[in-house]
Amino acid sequence: MQLLQVDNLHVAYGAIRAIQGISFHVDAGEIVTLIGANGAGKSTSLRTISGLLRPYRGDILYQGESIVRTSPERIVKAGISQVPEGRQIFSTLTVMENLQMGAYTRRDPQEIESSMQRVFRSFPRLQERQSQLGGTLSGGEQQMLAMGRGLMSMPRLLLLDEPSMGLAPILVDEIFEIIKAINAQGTSILLVEQNAAMALSIADRAYVLETGRIVLEGDAKSVLRNPQIREAYLG
Amino acid sequence: MKRLQVPSWITTLAVALLAFFGVWYAKQGGHISVYWYQVVQLAAITAISALGLNLIYGFNGQFSLGHIGFYAIGAYGSALITKDYVTKWSGSQTGALAWMLAGQIGLVFALVLINKLGLPVVKKRISSSLSEHLAPHEANTLGTLAVLLISAASLAASVAVALGLHALLAPALETIISSLPEGASRPLIFALALINGGSIAALVSYLVGLALLRLGSDYFGIATLGFAVMVYTALQNSDLVIETMKGARGMVGIPPWSTWPWVAGGLVLLAIVMRNMLRSSHGRAMISVREDEIASQSMGVDVTQLKNLAFTMGGFYAGVAGALYAHLYGFLHPSSFSMIKGFDPLIIIVFGGLGSMTGTILASVMFALVIEGLRVILPQGFEDWRFVIYPIILLLIMLLRPSGLLGTSEWGWLRAPLPPERDIPVPNRSLRGSAVSASSEEE
Repeated sequence: MQLLQVDNLHVAYGAIRAIQGISFHVDAGEIVTLIGANGAGKSTSLRTISGLLRPYRGDILYQGESIVRTSPERIVKAGISQVPEGRQIFSTLTVMENLQMGAYTRRDPQEIESSMQRVFRSFPRLQERQSQLGGTLSGGEQQMLAMGRGLMSMPRLLLLDEPSMGLAPILVDEIFEIIKAINAQGTSILLVEQNAAMALSIADRAYVLETGRIVLEGDAKSVLRNPQIREAYLG
Repeated sequence: MKRLQVPSWITTLAVALLAFFGVWYAKQGGHISVYWYQVVQLAAITAISALGLNLIYGFNGQFSLGHIGFYAIGAYGSALITKDYVTKWSGSQTGALAWMLAGQIGLVFALVLINKLGLPVVKKRISSSLSEHLAPHEANTLGTLAVLLISAASLAASVAVALGLHALLAPALETIISSLPEGASRPLIFALALINGGSIAALVSYLVGLALLRLGSDYFGIATLGFAVMVYTALQNSDLVIETMKGARGMVGIPPWSTWPWVAGGLVLLAIVMRNMLRSSHGRAMISVREDEIASQSMGVDVTQLKNLAFTMGGFYAGVAGALYAHLYGFLHPSSFSMIKGFDPLIIIVFGGLGSMTGTILASVMFALVIEGLRVILPQGFEDWRFVIYPIILLLIMLLRPSGLLGTSEWGWLRAPLPPERDIPVPNRSLRGSAVSASSEEE
């Protein structure tokens, strides 16, 4: 079943055309990755899906319904949650308050509490640090907090923007293990990464972006074997 | 090992009661003069206004220089009501009150009506149905015209609502007030005047916010400064519209009803409301907007709506504070609401700590005590030197504590409650592996 379908999407920042007609889809239960160099339009795609940017052409269908005119609040409520690039933790809120912010669109305190417990099981570090201010966490902990916060809205689709950015290799391994675990629990994942090797190792399918266009797509293993891709992204 | 802890609300209540009865006792026992009694009240009033500004700037991150304008609106709005009760300047004891209530309800009605009609959608529908017969720009113009007509009609409807309501309210209020003994009607009128001062200021700030909050922070600051200047100019010429406001000569004849119980009660009540709001999910969302608008948007926060909420609520606080101020000295003059005065609440919240209620209250008290205390300490003939010494004190404090007295931290009950105890096992310190295994055995 197709959870998300992006159809011939065009997005521009003023006169600069960041995305020029890309199409891809995410099936329920999948991990799909968008890889590519800086400025290829990866983050722009995610921000358009979550409603922070508006496309000038093309459509985005979520569970069969168009969401290109839907406000970000409603998109979160509908079950898409974005973990933004650079983590963007609320630094003067505590870890727990950051997580509560993730559940902003939900009202039932018991359900929120049970999501919080789930997040703490996935990220035990966060429970230890729950009264600490978000800004005082280490980079890896902030990434965990950002992901935990994204999970607090109980998304069906989690959009992850560069989760490995600025992290030590050992932490990157850890984060990717957790992404796999989250996916195993039933959340579909759209992952944007510069660390192509890492992303391809856990993804089901991959799309390669170059200057706003998709140049290659396929299942992650075949993309990983593609000689051009090895040359360009995997070194 | 657990240490026995006194719940934070008990210590906070104790301090509040101590402050309240301390001042009360000092006044009743004749230990402080009327002058100092008023200084203490002014400190509490300033604290209410500054709390409002801290909500807007400190917690929500919207740099506003127009706070004094809302303070002025609350002051004059409430003074008109109580002065009416004492002098019948409008012809009856409750004439001004009836008009203000009817006017506000009419305005709210208009806002709700326009909101419910969903004008952008209406415009789109009209334009698209017309575009079959007309050129696009013609259809668009006609759509805009139709929407303007609908807005005008709903405004007319709300004027009618206000007029009708006034016809009902005026005699009813008059009967109620005249039938009550003075001991009951006076506090009732005062309470209504205070609430009105707040609600008028809140309504105006909602409208101002609607127009200006889309501006970025610096531009918003300048635009709100413009609003404060407009209010100031309007007050100087207010006698042209309502004679009893006396314009630049200053409004007299306002009953001096503000007493320590009213002022302190107002501060405590409004502080409790604000604390609870800040600890709710909306409060957290307000703070998150200050931290990062994009991130809070991606959490599902309606950023515009929350900015409006903070600005309106801040305006309400300024209005109530202004109303209490008007009844402290019984005299209002536009110069009390000038641009320079407008910086006082800003200085207080920066000094106390942006995003700290405790800091704001503390700084308000210190501010009043420093300004007035220097007047006493300095030798005769040197009183004006306090405006040299006070900036030096400010400068020193900002150099020593750049994020204000308290930064964003709070004391006692004002602090966020501690997280609940959970029985999720915390694994050993080694990060690797443990996290994943814990999550995968879950489902």
